[in-house]
Amino acid sequence: MIPLEIGDTLKATFGDAILGTTIDGVFDPFSKIAPDRIKDVALFLRDNPQTAFDALMCLSGVDYTGGKLGVVYHLHSMKWNHKFTLKVEVTVENPHCQSVESVWKTANWHEREAFDLFGIVFDGHPDLRRILLPDDWDGHPLRKDYQVPEYYNGMKVPY
Amino acid sequence: MEATLTSRQVGITIPGFGRPLKTEEMVLNMGPQHPSTHGVLRLELVVDGEVVVDVIPHIGYLHRCFEKHAEAMANYQQVIPYCDRMDYVAAMNNDLGYAVACEKLLKIKIPERVEYIRVIMAELQRIASHLIAVGTYGMDIGAFTPFLYCFRDRERILDIFEHTCGARLLYNYIWIGGLSHDVPANFQEKVRDFCKYFRPNIKELNDLLSYNKIFVERTADVGVLPADVAINYGASGPVLRGSGVRWDLRKNDPYSIYDRFEWEIPVGTGKMGTVGDCWDRYMVRVHEMEQSLNIIEQAVDKIPPGDVQSAVPKRIRPDASEVYVRTETPKGELGYYVVADGTTSPFRVKVRPPCFVNLSALPAMCRGAMIADVVAVLGSIDIVLGEVDR
Repeated sequence: MIPLEIGDTLKATFGDAILGTTIDGVFDPFSKIAPDRIKDVALFLRDNPQTAFDALMCLSGVDYTGGKLGVVYHLHSMKWNHKFTLKVEVTVENPHCQSVESVWKTANWHEREAFDLFGIVFDGHPDLRRILLPDDWDGHPLRKDYQVPEYYNGMKVPY
Repeated sequence: MEATLTSRQVGITIPGFGRPLKTEEMVLNMGPQHPSTHGVLRLELVVDGEVVVDVIPHIGYLHRCFEKHAEAMANYQQVIPYCDRMDYVAAMNNDLGYAVACEKLLKIKIPERVEYIRVIMAELQRIASHLIAVGTYGMDIGAFTPFLYCFRDRERILDIFEHTCGARLLYNYIWIGGLSHDVPANFQEKVRDFCKYFRPNIKELNDLLSYNKIFVERTADVGVLPADVAINYGASGPVLRGSGVRWDLRKNDPYSIYDRFEWEIPVGTGKMGTVGDCWDRYMVRVHEMEQSLNIIEQAVDKIPPGDVQSAVPKRIRPDASEVYVRTETPKGELGYYVVADGTTSPFRVKVRPPCFVNLSALPAMCRGAMIADVVAVLGSIDIVLGEVDR
């Protein structure tokens, strides 16, 4: 399926949960999904034989600044060899998004990483805890407004 | 029925000891400093006697937030030395992925000469990385000699790199739109010499290690990863191909000029046990070294003359857009998700490291195995912690 058809199929199936599909030459074709419907959309894209997105290539957190965070899902189908991108936008005040761990196991660690470094909370994740940073770390370093702490566990950070 | 009872249900009585021994599950800590973890990785093993019930990997000991570094750099070019330091035994492949991503952002075509030299470098680096992988894997299993043989051959590749760019491990050689400098005059001759020298050594390695009875006993039928599970876990590279999936980005999603060469994708066939066992993953790497030699031999004769630096200026400013580019490194699919905001430094660089993703499949491979098998399975994934943690 070409990206335009995938976008149309999603819109026809999920209606309001699809906040828009952008297909211009600049960005890779992507659809914006409501954060509380992303799991259904992911499951549909994986199990529908026409799309068959059996692989999640990458799951990235992004800080768009201005209080907006995002999650970007890069999907790929081994069967059809086509790609598509999903995007979810959440706010800093309410950084909740559905987990897709039950759809693609690979999302487990990627979501933990996005939680660790961006503070995006994935509802329904079986084991959501920090992965790269120590458990007692404060804050989420990849946020654009992150300040490097002066002290860590009472020790002065020398730079 | 009796075969399914665990030791806990049966209890163990020792003659002369007043009561049955208590048996229960135990947590065993493996690492962070452990010879078989290839770096600082901690595995929490939940074991029932000698049988592994679950594995919980703890990572992050080498975390230095590459992605934050990348955002803080003054320009795109400065990120490359940090890419070197992710998978530090395959630095050329890391640089190549980032360079390809940035070139796609800039929508530029780079000179033929650069493409050919990059392919040769990337494939030499693939051989060097696989030599470490199979050498240390042999050592994990208990065979020390193949390790020395592998490192002897790897030295030859590092010599070629040193001759080219002065560095042996972290090269900063592949730049956006070009190379840091041209290859020396007798480069092609040296590469041809290496190919001639190395090809018989693969057979030697097979005789010494691959078909060794003890090695096969330790790796065949151990840590089996079925193909559908591998895909669901996002596994890539030799881990995915070991499970019998004929998938290599150099052929299936070609970048650079890989579509011009004749070569095969080796996959696991279950020759010694089950498809997707440790031996298959190991053997895929050995076969890949041979295929890399084929690519190098085709490329080295065709390097066209030309310039390697002038394709882009030092300071680049891509328009606001984003790309996800993936390349096949020795460990698997290395993805760069680069977001540009129209300034001279990247807005966001997300790395999808192959080792990180492959390692997340470790518990699926280890459940039900013996403690000693965990070492065999971990070695067969071939992780580099610098890349897992970034």
